[in-house]
Amino acid sequence: MAGLEEYEGRTPAWCPGCGNFGILRSFQQAVLDLGLKPHQFAIVSGIGQSGKFPHYTRCNTFNGLHGRSLPVATGVRLVSPRMPVIAVAGDGDCYGEGGNHLIHAIRRNIGVKVFVHDNQVYGLTKGQASPTSMEGMKTKVQPLGVTAEALNPLALAVALDCSFVARGYAGEGEHLTEVMKQAINHRGFALLDILQPCVTYNRINTFQWFKERVYHLDPSYDPTDRAAAFAKALEFGDRIPLGVIYRNERIPLEERLPTVIARPIAEKPFDASALRTIVKEFY
Amino acid sequence: MRSLDYTIKIGGEAGQGIQTIGDSLARVLARSGFHVFIHQDYESRIRGGHNFFQIRVSSKPVAASRERIDIVIALDRPSIANNEALLSEGGLILYDSSLIKEKHEGSHFLDVPLIDLATRDGGNRIMVNTVATGAALGLLKMGLEAFFQVIGELMGKKGAKTVDENRRAAARGHDFAESKCKECAFEMGPGGSPHMLIDGNSAVGLGALLSGCRFYSGYPMTPSTGVLTFMAEKSAEWGIVVEQAEDEIAAVNMAIGASFGGARSMTATAGGGFALMVEGISLAAMTETPIVVMVGQRPAPATGLPTRTEQGDLLFVLHAGHGEFPRVVLAPGSPEQALYLTNKAFDLCEKFQIPAFVLSDQYLADSQWSYEGLDLDKTVYRDYRLRDVPPDAARTYRRYAYTASGVSPLAAPGQSECLVVDDSDEHDEEGHIIEDSQTRTRMVEKRLLLKLPLIRAEIGPPLLYGERNPETVVVGWGSTLGVLKEVVDILSDRERVALLHFSEIYPFPGTEKFDYLKVLTEAKRTICVENNATSQFGRLMRAETGHTFSSTITKYDGRPYLVETLLEELKWQD
Repeated sequence: MAGLEEYEGRTPAWCPGCGNFGILRSFQQAVLDLGLKPHQFAIVSGIGQSGKFPHYTRCNTFNGLHGRSLPVATGVRLVSPRMPVIAVAGDGDCYGEGGNHLIHAIRRNIGVKVFVHDNQVYGLTKGQASPTSMEGMKTKVQPLGVTAEALNPLALAVALDCSFVARGYAGEGEHLTEVMKQAINHRGFALLDILQPCVTYNRINTFQWFKERVYHLDPSYDPTDRAAAFAKALEFGDRIPLGVIYRNERIPLEERLPTVIARPIAEKPFDASALRTIVKEFY
Repeated sequence: MRSLDYTIKIGGEAGQGIQTIGDSLARVLARSGFHVFIHQDYESRIRGGHNFFQIRVSSKPVAASRERIDIVIALDRPSIANNEALLSEGGLILYDSSLIKEKHEGSHFLDVPLIDLATRDGGNRIMVNTVATGAALGLLKMGLEAFFQVIGELMGKKGAKTVDENRRAAARGHDFAESKCKECAFEMGPGGSPHMLIDGNSAVGLGALLSGCRFYSGYPMTPSTGVLTFMAEKSAEWGIVVEQAEDEIAAVNMAIGASFGGARSMTATAGGGFALMVEGISLAAMTETPIVVMVGQRPAPATGLPTRTEQGDLLFVLHAGHGEFPRVVLAPGSPEQALYLTNKAFDLCEKFQIPAFVLSDQYLADSQWSYEGLDLDKTVYRDYRLRDVPPDAARTYRRYAYTASGVSPLAAPGQSECLVVDDSDEHDEEGHIIEDSQTRTRMVEKRLLLKLPLIRAEIGPPLLYGERNPETVVVGWGSTLGVLKEVVDILSDRERVALLHFSEIYPFPGTEKFDYLKVLTEAKRTICVENNATSQFGRLMRAETGHTFSSTITKYDGRPYLVETLLEELKWQD
């Protein structure tokens, strides 16, 4: 029986102590638990520290451009709808550069799962504010402190009736693994925002800061109640809920398209002779 | 006997139905066995303004529009004011004085009560277009059988009553015009076997279907929207996924994702949308992901003239994308070429794992050409992807393995035990990020330098049309093919003239297959004709071959070249 070593990729180039290590371990445990071999799923990533993620775990990989993981993942999933496709992005990647794509991936309800490594700062470019940086955070580019309101990705997602909305925390590996498994098993689009302390550039949202605030959603919490989910999504401050915030059973895009359901397009043989009669339409 | 060659111009406001009249009339003429060429001129609005639909019909193949007009079907006043001076001897303006609230005297006017004829016999005003089409056929002394057939096809869904009413309205228009036009010079004579009619956009779509395109993502933008519509219409029948993206950035990235996933993929846009796609082109190049992109040019910068034409993006498309990488740029001169070159773009992009471009423009996209037929057996389909890899071989699979040709085996994720790792960072053979100089150097050689000569060898030579040892060479590229052929035909009566037309533009064709440089250097004068302001192809020719054209003709008013005006300009060149 193969174990975690089967997923071991290249040596990570992240800073020592980075929250990404915890996310990587949780992910490998999740795919192992789900019985997904490295060649049976694909990760599409963008650019940022999170973008390097698929190099560090063995899998099919498309490490594309900053902000564009969701459209690429959408294309992959539409032609290969039986293969789990996970998009890995950062907060700048998914909520900044790729914000428009997130909105429309949620609307489409494509069966892609996006795991956002949300460290509330730009790591790869050395510490500028991100869309989720808290108001007042000072950086070299925001010397007076961040003036914009932090984006609340979960509230945005619930407002758009996103099919699956959850939050995990890099410091709680087992819990994160479980949420990842639920996201991967979910039929439609899933947004999993993962709180991830940046030990180099974020001096506010530290492991200690999170430790004092995060809590697990009570088993009695009903993630199918959208209004309650919206209220829960707004909770980010002294208390930060972890777990599945919202879930619905919207039919995913790939299940609505007859051509996609019939047979994965990527595997369908092509015979041009069937098209010979098509010119008749032009007479 | 002078060959039959009439130009019919239907003018009116957007929303009046000039396209309905034009489409039906053109279809009837083509089906009756005549050669037809259509070009459309429309404004960026849904209602009002002034648009026209121009049909040239001939007993010989036609591939360009003339300035001279034989019949105007005027649904608004500008159709009369703009065209009266362009009317040929014996030409006619068909109009309805009650519709445009203006009465015109003169033997070249024919007042047809379109509204009155439409509303007679329980008819509806909406049938004005049917009456006008019938009247045009009456002027041409043609029967109504083919039009009745077309009405049945177009209106069949609306029920037998609608079909019948329209046929009767068509007959009223036809009989009225015929009875008033006994002295008219128009005489179509016998036609022949039916011709097909196809526009540039549909030809690109058809080429994509025949190439095994299975994924199409796009964002609507004139003049490329016709390809998106065509693919969407065909998607269910031919098993293609068509997705309207949220923007052009998503469109190109989705196509790249689908291609990575193992399906032949395409997107199309206009210059402005292509500007957004540019980072994606560079991504396709770095990841060596095959994609086809059609760029339909229109006058720019910025929004420009959204519904009009220009050849202004040649150098943009040629250079788009950060970094150095190979690409193919094909610029069809006709719908026929659009079909075959789209097919070639699909073949080459997968063979070499590169982005391939089909460079069109509004003129070609919206023009309709008639053909006796198109030989679909000339299209090719070769699957270059790695399929059915056994587990043992899969374990050693490397997405960017070094090879003599620079082309690495292309597997699709999930189809075997291969791990397919694509990366926009510089990478090693397995696809993982690297920083070292040796790997970088070798990858640039693999991705670019090794492939370039192989791709160039696939590029077809330019077309030499006319005189084999010309004194004058008229040079053009892309959508000007038809008009340039015709002016060369006309000029050949008085001088040794040839056309050198380029439809496969990049990599710039070498002289091995055909020494076109010899033709250029031995000619007395070489004239480059382009639908842009700065003679971009002229610059490319100079950069690639050192040849400088002796003169250039440019046009940047957003309109296509017409036969007569181009002839005038050519006469003034030394």
